Amino acid sequence: MKMQRRTFVASLAALPLAAPALARGAGPRVTVVGAGYGGASFIRTLRRLAPEVEITVIEQTPRFHSCPFSNGVIGGLWDGDRISFEYDGLASTGTRWASGAAVGFDPATREVTLEGGEVVTGDYVLLSPGISLNFAAIDGYSPEAAEAMPHAWQAGSQTGLLRRQLVEMEDGGTVVVAIPRPPFRCPPGPYERISLIAHYLKAAKPASKIIVLDAQDGFSKQGLFEECWAALYPGLIERIPGAESGEVEAVDPATMRVSTAFDDITADVANVIPPQRAGALALDAGLDGGIGWCPVDPVSFESTLAPGVFIIGDAAIMGEMPKSGFSAAQQGSACAAALAARIAGDDPAPRKLINTCYSLAAPDWGFSVADVYAQTADGIAAIRPGGGTTPLGADADTHAAEARYANSWFDTLTSQLWG
Amino acid sequence: MFNTRIRVPETAAAGEAVEIRAMIMHPMDNGFTYSTQGTLIPVNIITDFTCRYLGEVVVQVRLEPGISANPIFTFSLRATESGPVEFEWIDQNGDVTTASADLTVT
Repeated sequence: MKMQRRTFVASLAALPLAAPALARGAGPRVTVVGAGYGGASFIRTLRRLAPEVEITVIEQTPRFHSCPFSNGVIGGLWDGDRISFEYDGLASTGTRWASGAAVGFDPATREVTLEGGEVVTGDYVLLSPGISLNFAAIDGYSPEAAEAMPHAWQAGSQTGLLRRQLVEMEDGGTVVVAIPRPPFRCPPGPYERISLIAHYLKAAKPASKIIVLDAQDGFSKQGLFEECWAALYPGLIERIPGAESGEVEAVDPATMRVSTAFDDITADVANVIPPQRAGALALDAGLDGGIGWCPVDPVSFESTLAPGVFIIGDAAIMGEMPKSGFSAAQQGSACAAALAARIAGDDPAPRKLINTCYSLAAPDWGFSVADVYAQTADGIAAIRPGGGTTPLGADADTHAAEARYANSWFDTLTSQLWG
Repeated sequence: MFNTRIRVPETAAAGEAVEIRAMIMHPMDNGFTYSTQGTLIPVNIITDFTCRYLGEVVVQVRLEPGISANPIFTFSLRATESGPVEFEWIDQNGDVTTASADLTVT
């Protein structure tokens, strides 16, 4: 079935692009699936640039839970309310809000089927479905096993679960954090999480330790993280990289055992982050072309496999841009501008995109990497020199300032999107 | 000398079969891949792995280029007396890497 669907989608892409039939007497109808960083930014921008467009939003969660800043909940820096947002502000921008989750999508007709059976049609569809977790890649792992060994890589109840497990753990316990092979959502995210768990353990349970089982050899901002770990958390974090067989192959939630090809570790708290792919809706529709992530035009973000379908955020292949909330919001805005141009009969213009990844290694120890990207016909490429990274050996004032910037970035962006 | 990891239990009962793991961090270049500069990466492999218990060879392996990077060997060893478990890897140039651990039989 899946192969047939994929073959069909591929044949669609070869057809000349037909102008979608526009509803008479009204602006074109745009369906948005997913109101996270990508979708919310798209909606805000499109509303402003093309007010005549009818927007229907499909979102499976009743509240938004942000992955950015969820590590602060896990580390006890703030509670879950800080990362939880109502959709009311976004809904009140004159959008129609469909009820229930999307369970099916047909790229040929651009029809989205909701779990209640309702079918939403549109002239254009924006998919911002985020990631799906590939539980099957780890023997013994499943959504049920994740209730004992949380991934907490999609924020919400999993975030709270991991936090509770850390709070309930006895002093002297072993926390295992398993990190998959890339690409995954938020490249520095696992290492920020390790830092903030260490921050909590150092104060509350100093005899405990963290064992990091990492499928990667090197990682994002490695020097900056390791500098902080040596200064603040000496001896607390032990990391086994991929070359030393750090990749987790199997877990057993009954005995809390986490296994690599070499090690079997019994955890008191196991945070198992599995390998990832594009969100299920895009995968099931064959929009990944069988490679796990969705290929898109680097300027318009239109799927290369399905005309009229735009894909942004973590689910799409975005060249050198990382899978981050900030990137998704940038792409949402750029995609809305491209679509507004299309509706007006113009070609979308390439833009410059930016991404900044702030990481908190302690409440007052932040650092960041920022980059500027160009949309080119060949893909999205970083402009160098264009961005910058916090230098190694920076003083405490610099790290404290970066931590303030991180907080300010989060509060500003989330209030713009969901406020 | 390459980095290695070995896993030998500290103690075992006499007659017990214990699991031994040994790993060497080595690229195991098979001679068919190219560098980012487009040049062929020559064959560079570990050719021999040996484990000795109480001075006696218990496992001997000849490795070929088809074996992936960072090879791991896992096998069972019957514990009889306290003594060293010694590991030896030899690469294609004859360079030797060793590791050992003591197994106490109770």
